[in-house]
Amino acid sequence: MCGIVGLLVKTPSLRHQLGALMVPMLTGMTERGPDSAGLAVYTAPVSEGRHKLSLYSGEHAVDWSELLGRVRRAFAEAHEIAPHGNQAVLTTAADPDHVVSWLKRNAPGVAVLSVGHSIDLYKDVGAPADIARRYQFSELSGTHLVGHTRMATESAVTPAHAHPFTAGRDFCLVHNGSLSNPHLVRKHLEPLGIEFETDNDTEAACRFFEWRLREGDDLEQAVERGFSQLDGFFTFLMGTDQELLIVRDAFACKPAVVAETDDYVAIASEFRSLAHLPDIGQASLFEPKPEEIYSWRI
Amino acid sequence: MSGVKLEESAGFDRHTIDYIQRAAATGLYEIRGLGAKRRVPNFDDLLFLAASLSRYPLEGYRERCATKTVLGTRFASKPIELAIPITVAGMSFGALSARVKDALGRAATEVGTSTTTGDGGMTAEERASSKTLVYQCLPSRYGFNPDDVRRADAIEIVIGQGAKPGGGGMLLGQKVNPRVARMRTLPEGVDQRSASRHPDWTGPDDLVIKIKELREITDWEKPIYVKVGATRVFNDVKLAVHAGADVVVVDGMQGGTAATQTVFIENVGIPTLAALRQAVDALDDLNMRGTVQLVISGGIRSGADVAKALAMGADAVAIGQGVLVALGCNSDTYITDGNHVSARDDYAALGTAPGFCHHCHTGRCPVGVTTQDPQLELRLDPGVGAKRLRNYLKTLNMELTTIARACGKQDVHHLEKEDLVALTVESAAMAGVPLAGTSWIPGQGTAP
Amino acid sequence: MANLKPVPSAREFDLSRDSLRQLNLYLHKHAVEEGISRIGVRNPDGAHSIACGLDAELDVQIHGHVGYYVAGMNQHASVTIHGNAGPGAAENMMSGRVHVKGFASTSAGASAHGGLLVIDGDSSLRCGISLKGADIVVGGSVGSFSAFMAQAGRLVICGDAEDALGDSLYEAVIYVRGQVRSLGADARFEPMTDTDRAAVKGLLSLAGRSEDPGTFKRVASAKSLYHWHADANQEY
Repeated sequence: MCGIVGLLVKTPSLRHQLGALMVPMLTGMTERGPDSAGLAVYTAPVSEGRHKLSLYSGEHAVDWSELLGRVRRAFAEAHEIAPHGNQAVLTTAADPDHVVSWLKRNAPGVAVLSVGHSIDLYKDVGAPADIARRYQFSELSGTHLVGHTRMATESAVTPAHAHPFTAGRDFCLVHNGSLSNPHLVRKHLEPLGIEFETDNDTEAACRFFEWRLREGDDLEQAVERGFSQLDGFFTFLMGTDQELLIVRDAFACKPAVVAETDDYVAIASEFRSLAHLPDIGQASLFEPKPEEIYSWRI
Repeated sequence: MSGVKLEESAGFDRHTIDYIQRAAATGLYEIRGLGAKRRVPNFDDLLFLAASLSRYPLEGYRERCATKTVLGTRFASKPIELAIPITVAGMSFGALSARVKDALGRAATEVGTSTTTGDGGMTAEERASSKTLVYQCLPSRYGFNPDDVRRADAIEIVIGQGAKPGGGGMLLGQKVNPRVARMRTLPEGVDQRSASRHPDWTGPDDLVIKIKELREITDWEKPIYVKVGATRVFNDVKLAVHAGADVVVVDGMQGGTAATQTVFIENVGIPTLAALRQAVDALDDLNMRGTVQLVISGGIRSGADVAKALAMGADAVAIGQGVLVALGCNSDTYITDGNHVSARDDYAALGTAPGFCHHCHTGRCPVGVTTQDPQLELRLDPGVGAKRLRNYLKTLNMELTTIARACGKQDVHHLEKEDLVALTVESAAMAGVPLAGTSWIPGQGTAP
Repeated sequence: MANLKPVPSAREFDLSRDSLRQLNLYLHKHAVEEGISRIGVRNPDGAHSIACGLDAELDVQIHGHVGYYVAGMNQHASVTIHGNAGPGAAENMMSGRVHVKGFASTSAGASAHGGLLVIDGDSSLRCGISLKGADIVVGGSVGSFSAFMAQAGRLVICGDAEDALGDSLYEAVIYVRGQVRSLGADARFEPMTDTDRAAVKGLLSLAGRSEDPGTFKRVASAKSLYHWHADANQEY
């Protein structure tokens, strides 16, 4: 159970304020989700032929420059690393799947949170306000973001279980609600070569969409298919490098509010999180209808 | 010489044959009262390790063994103070008669404990006779109103009960008489089936807000309990704590009901023993033992059960079925003017017999406990009922303190799980205590 | 309606500065003691449980959007929200009046026993769920499962209704003006009588609306689920 936040700035001049606008939205969702928080930010994309990997070392610290040295020795292509405490962004000119496999074998204590051109991912355990401070969320800039605060339900409180979950390149998902058939979904997907990292029900949804996107559906088609395959209550908030998308199940028991102006579109579980956004008094406010897909492109 | 040999099938036994033939005759699931009748691991499978050469007993009577119990210390300004850790569980007016609710209140007041309303709302009788009254907020919200919220001593948000976790309340038409109908805002005689979800919140993130609303309405004075039927107990207790509960109530599968589908009672939910272990583990995991109190219910019968529940980590128990039995449920007589009058014919008319009856749903309780019938309800005199219940609760408390003293405890809340051992592998695994005579807890390796 | 000059509130709270507890305690205990009957609330900013548990004839004016359970368990008071309301607005109201000028989220008027809830805009799913005698007037449309298990009371919908309107209805009656995407189990359209039209007219008037009562349709329970019946092919 939890709180979700989403933000997409339409006006390029607001991109450097993305983080500053988001922090009060995220901390406004602390009561719904006091245990952990996560954030996916879409920044300016890296250049053609390169990819970014968000890495996380969890509770034990990692010497990121030492890791960078080993990666550079293992691969001919160029690599850079930008560390932020227990999180780091590794930029690679190599095939990112090869780098991910190498990391699995040679740096097992490091989790790969995301792979893409513009996505950066942060996840940690603790109160949302502390996590925001730790990673300096207020300094972040980018086009759009998807965030989440979590009250642990059926799986443990570990960073790996925090949302957002990611798949493929630049795709992420957060979820408010609880799926009732996640294990069946997993059993259906694993034989198709989809790998799971946790026993979390949200990951089942994320991997389902990953599968559909891999099979050639666009995001809207994948969501349509999800209505019959994914059972339970959900409000899903998803991001790709180009868009932000929100959808609620037919019962719409889990809340969501959208505020839209000419400058931004902001989404949260409760209006409380949106109340201090600029021009909120003039924003168009609405609640997404059940089983309807709402999306915005950058 | 060979006689007729009768060989019963284990799978298609008499019970199963009756079940199928009944389904074929009626086209509807069987509905009945009380709790799970099947044998499950329970407190009978646990034993106490009392005083020995290394542990000294207290003298009965002479040396004090305290039973005072306080519930709801976390946020409320007026926590519930009880003289004994044994409370009367939520049972509705509608399931029970108003006279019974009165009797429950009187007995509870006399021994210094609380009673709890049920799916039918608060009756004036119960509020008047019960000094400490817990008011349930259920998915149906029948009769739920702010005046009674303000009159209550605590509010219990019910997510589920042990007999039917995931199901709503049920009261068949024959018990929906004018008064019940009025209190529940229903047409008289309707077969009532309540909602299984609350109308205005779903999930622990919403429960945070709902609990706060009830606190605001009561100016933060009254403890807020959260009651769950035993399913994913470890997670549910953690979530209830996160959501802000002062007290968590966990009701195991043996818990009773006045009416629900048999298939629900017998096949959904986990035994109270297993649920209790998980609930205590959840509180320990959050380091909330002592801050959030735990009440366990579901087939608590004797002082030994109470003692074992406390030893395993509960702060108190709630009793439903046992209370009804004390009032006369399944007795072959009822008491009128001090005389025992046989009720056997009435049991027979229901197709049952004393000791086997679970026909609360019919409203024709032969001893006047779970009925709205104006004639039948006279068979339970509130004064007589109150006295019998008082006797039962006092006996439970005496048994509890006898055991606690034998274990060397000056306070029943000092009973601990290391005072317990188990008789079977299942109960040892479920309760998390060693098999008697060994140091083995199945699934946990060797205890030190 | 006459356009009255706004009367300055006798007491004002600003929730960007005052706590919710201070506000609600004042409304519960001190307002009546001080003889104050009109209270204004500024900057609600989506806070929950504002003006819940009121028990006196107070007039509370809230300027902005509120969160969950505004005026929850209201008794006797009049609460006006100049903005939108979150889930459970006026839940379990016993009497009095709650007026949401914007839109209301899910479960508006849930389990309300009496009084009048007016929503000028749309109301989301489960409007009037478990209704127990209150009246609700929605100027806009309502979401699915509205009046689910509604036991008593009336729901007037000036716009449309989505799916499963009046599922498992008991004695509550629904009047709907626009399109109904689908009716719920045991709900059916019934002819409007003069009594119905008079009731709708009265409720619309109380809500400050002027739609023609003759344009509403009546939805009520077919009462075929009141009792179990093996041969009735009932859906559970």
